[in-house]
Amino acid sequence: MHTSVIVVAILVLTALGYRLGRRRSVALVGGPRGTRNLHSLPSYYGFLTALWCALPALGVLGAWHLLDERVIVGAVLAELPPDMQHLPADQQGLLLNDVRNVVSGSLPAAEARPEVQSAAREWRRLQSLSNAAGASLALCLGLAGGALAWRRISPELRARNGVERVVEIALALCSMIAILTTIGIILSVLYEALNFFRVVPLTDFIFGTTWSPQMAMRADQVGSSGAFGAVPLFTGTLLISLIAMAIAVPIGLFSAICLAEYADRRLRAVIKPLLEVLAGIPTVVYGFFAALTVGPLLRSAGQFAGLEVASESALSAGFVMGIMIIPFVSSLADDMITAVPQSLRDGAYALGATRSETIRRVVLPAALPGIVGGVLLAVSRAIGETMIVVMAAGLAAKLTFNPLEAVTTVTVQIVTLLIGDNEFNSPKTLSAFALGLVLFVATLLLNIIALKIVRKYREQYE
Amino acid sequence: MSEATQARARTSQQKVAAGLKRRYRAELRFRSYGIAAVALGLLFVAFLFFSIISKGYTAFEQTFVRLEVSYAADKIDPDGKRAPADLEGANYEALVRQALRERFPEVTERGDLRKLYGLLSGSAETVVRARVLADPNRIGSRETLWLMADDHVDMLVKGHIDRNVPEDERSIDDRELGWIDRLTAEHRVEVRFNPKFLTGGDSREPEQAGVRGAVMGSLFTLLVTLFLSFPIGVAAAVYLEEFAKRNRLTDIIEVNINNLAAVPSIVFGLLGLAMFIQFFGLPRSAPLVGGLVLTLMTLPTIIITSRAALKAVPPSIREAAFGMGASPVQAVLHHVLPLAMPGMLTGAIIGMARALGESAPLLMIGMVAFIADVPKTLSDPATVLPVQVYLWASSPERAFVERTSGAIMVLLAFLLVMNAAAVFLRSRFERRW
Amino acid sequence: MSTEIAPTDPNVRIRVPRARVAAAADDSQPGSKIETKTVGQVTVADAVMTARRVNVHYGEKHAVKDVSLDIGRNAVIALIGPSGCGKSTFLRCLNRMNDTIDSARVDGSITLDGVDIYEKRQDVVQLRARVGMVFQKPNPFPKSIYENIAYGPRIHGLAANRAELDEVVQTSLAKAGLWEEVKDRLDHPGTGLSGGQQQRLCIARAIAVDPEVILMDEPCSALDPIATARIEDLIDELRQNYAIVIVTHNMQQAARVSQRTAYFHLGELVEVGATNQIFTNPRHRLTEDYITGRFG
Repeated sequence: MHTSVIVVAILVLTALGYRLGRRRSVALVGGPRGTRNLHSLPSYYGFLTALWCALPALGVLGAWHLLDERVIVGAVLAELPPDMQHLPADQQGLLLNDVRNVVSGSLPAAEARPEVQSAAREWRRLQSLSNAAGASLALCLGLAGGALAWRRISPELRARNGVERVVEIALALCSMIAILTTIGIILSVLYEALNFFRVVPLTDFIFGTTWSPQMAMRADQVGSSGAFGAVPLFTGTLLISLIAMAIAVPIGLFSAICLAEYADRRLRAVIKPLLEVLAGIPTVVYGFFAALTVGPLLRSAGQFAGLEVASESALSAGFVMGIMIIPFVSSLADDMITAVPQSLRDGAYALGATRSETIRRVVLPAALPGIVGGVLLAVSRAIGETMIVVMAAGLAAKLTFNPLEAVTTVTVQIVTLLIGDNEFNSPKTLSAFALGLVLFVATLLLNIIALKIVRKYREQYE
Repeated sequence: MSEATQARARTSQQKVAAGLKRRYRAELRFRSYGIAAVALGLLFVAFLFFSIISKGYTAFEQTFVRLEVSYAADKIDPDGKRAPADLEGANYEALVRQALRERFPEVTERGDLRKLYGLLSGSAETVVRARVLADPNRIGSRETLWLMADDHVDMLVKGHIDRNVPEDERSIDDRELGWIDRLTAEHRVEVRFNPKFLTGGDSREPEQAGVRGAVMGSLFTLLVTLFLSFPIGVAAAVYLEEFAKRNRLTDIIEVNINNLAAVPSIVFGLLGLAMFIQFFGLPRSAPLVGGLVLTLMTLPTIIITSRAALKAVPPSIREAAFGMGASPVQAVLHHVLPLAMPGMLTGAIIGMARALGESAPLLMIGMVAFIADVPKTLSDPATVLPVQVYLWASSPERAFVERTSGAIMVLLAFLLVMNAAAVFLRSRFERRW
Repeated sequence: MSTEIAPTDPNVRIRVPRARVAAAADDSQPGSKIETKTVGQVTVADAVMTARRVNVHYGEKHAVKDVSLDIGRNAVIALIGPSGCGKSTFLRCLNRMNDTIDSARVDGSITLDGVDIYEKRQDVVQLRARVGMVFQKPNPFPKSIYENIAYGPRIHGLAANRAELDEVVQTSLAKAGLWEEVKDRLDHPGTGLSGGQQQRLCIARAIAVDPEVILMDEPCSALDPIATARIEDLIDELRQNYAIVIVTHNMQQAARVSQRTAYFHLGELVEVGATNQIFTNPRHRLTEDYITGRFG
């Protein structure tokens, strides 16, 4: 029987359980007039019966499907001729793969070796046996659970509390997904990165100054080992982030000041959303803008000034990234500035300070920690930004601080290393995960520090 | 007041007065910095949109050439049985070429002929085939058709190819230029609305490429994201806001969510690659996997906005429900959740808008492959709009520049609609307590 | 999965030694001696609820200290005292509304018809159906007037069909003196009523589940004098059928509506007695100072 049929059967059973449970609860108190003698509303008795029916059955079915293949593999291996049972692990894997392909039908049975054919037949037999067993076990459990719950229904049974407990547990599980995601990120990135560091020492990776991950196809080619010194990527990332912040911080900060302290409310209501449009534009659009509009523009401007500007330069990527981050800085700074209590401003005004003096001497120093936190968040944003740099910064891993040259960044390398069908376990692909680990740790640290600063600042004025 | 204090007061006032001018100048300066910053910001917005739209609006139009095509019976259906398979497989390219040759009878040399045929897009024959299949009675007759021109011709007509540069530097040589000019003089060349850009899948030929495949890919991906991230996000927010006790675990979850919200999107791509594709063996390039990755990415945002929406429901509502003897689950389900729903929906739409614009993590899981077919299921290989933008932006053909901008305009239009919906929801259902 | 889940919030730790519960049950007999510093008679002959040695802590804060008090059937008892004296906290103990605050801890025993309401087996939901509550600020649900009243009967399964529900809604609104004013617009939102009407709607909502006790936490503090007068009349009428506990800052109001008055000070129950006696002849210095307006 197909699994979906079983699932449907369980669901039908569940619906039945609901009806029966409900009906029994009503019948126990002598019809609908007596329901006020029940502890809970009749529908809760129905839900409780249904849950007892569905949860164990579905749980067992799921677990069965997760585990049955292992048992089958063990049994199939035991059935093989003795000489094939003691193969090395990798050959055994190949053999099993063949068997699996025959079973799934992607390999015609006629083409396989006779042992494989017989193993496949055995596999199929066990598989159908296991399916039948799992299905009947699940259905029996569903029936038994439902019947048990149905029997236990009494006017005193706290059906609502039971149902609500299940709801609460389900909600709690949903909130666990956040933690699971983090664990998943750490596990997947760390695992592959550790594999990489087994090939390339950590110190070479962090302190090396040449990056050329192209591994040679043949062993006798020059530079066949590849070079995985990530320093040029780090400097490139920093350079572009620096340029971006040089654009975003002054413009963002001053526009926040202008909007929070000078603009009247109607103007603010128009301008603020307009600026925030910048935050809603997809990064790929910025990348296109940087590569096709800003890059050539800077290049011709450079020619005019007698400067050699690469068509893919750190400057154009950083400049456009700065534009992207403006609303991020300005809205955070805006929050921080408006959080400064009016009493501080009033104090300064009462002494005869002008508006700008109040802002510079009182408001900004008071809001500074918050603004610093916001800027750190923006930096972490810039470091992790991918599409703009992929499209506009270039691939050359050059160790330079000249913003007019092409540089590459951590994110660009991750993308280029992983696009396309690469062999998954080569150092080249694994190095992408090592870079991902660096990126994750760096942004995480920045975020933790920034959030701490911001929270401390907020608490100060609460 | 003594003589001395009076004198001191007078000198202080004089000092203040003397400094006033300088201070007001500083005030003006400071203020103009602020205004300049705002103006610069707005200028960037305007420039960005101007540059995209001015490059992109032409993608919705395409150059067409008017030709008389004769549906020659001997070429389409020599045995006259009108068998569908015959009609389907007939050589329609020959009909198109024939029509071109009729226009330019003087061109006979092989190389020139190939150039002549190159004036029209490869899609011309499919148009002719569609006409015949729609009405087999056309066989044997003649018809005037507007056929799509090749992308180079299109670029020339739209003015993106400079006639004045030397011949060997342009993609259209002088002969072709002459033919095009003749067709233009005969009013046979026209730039018209190009529905294929919206209804076609991706293609290597710029003039045939459309965004429909990417739009459908985005749609499937977003559907997966929405159906997973909204219920899970709301459930998690409800748990954290309404049920969870303040303890270490919930603190960890909170810090976690805040940090996840700021993890670079590409890291989620790495997670998707290592977990969903390598470990669980899900198919590459599939909207299903894309949706899963974007779910994990948008979940923190949705949880955070949903919690804010729940927080905005005044405690008096909960008290009222508890006072009536509602259980916590009932209070949330009957009262708090319906009131918080508009806020949660707004958050979800904004999260979805962000997911729609996201491309970096999808590059990791292989949604960058060239896919000409429009995806039909969640596991078909597909790409999404922003990745389509990336793909076209890295194509060398000049004609893809306007396609890219056009695709961006489509993308921005979707984002605009979503954000407008969010703003509408907020203004329509926002309650002031 | 267990179906016998304790309804109590696990974070509210309630330490009720068995011996003390038994003692409290004995104490509820009128006339028996209760160990208390309170001046006056804390017990009454026909008590629907009894509180014995109730202590409430909010984290470090000791908000209610060793309070023992009986709530009499078909009578109004007013809890008065300066702000922060613990009277509202004590009120909220009576239907376990403090359960919703994580840091709150309640010790002692409170019984309803002789059953300890903080006992593990007690279901808060059933308790709150029997001990209704009206809050300081009128807080109708943002739903129609009808739905506001019908909500309680619905979740408690008190009406078998629509006709019964209609009847419950009508009688509850009538008892709250609101029927004539709203009978033509039952589908209008409850939040659209005036403040006084909203508060009567909340009272009607509380009555709709047939409680035995109604707790009122400064029900008139957000209302104008005319609306206040109507609510006071209503409280007087409701006394026929319900025990009412009302917290108020308004001493005239306490004097007008209540038969007994309890005076709280810094978390302690200082004095309790017949309302006449408290207002004309207080026995404790603190009570006298408060009544005469020396502080408050």
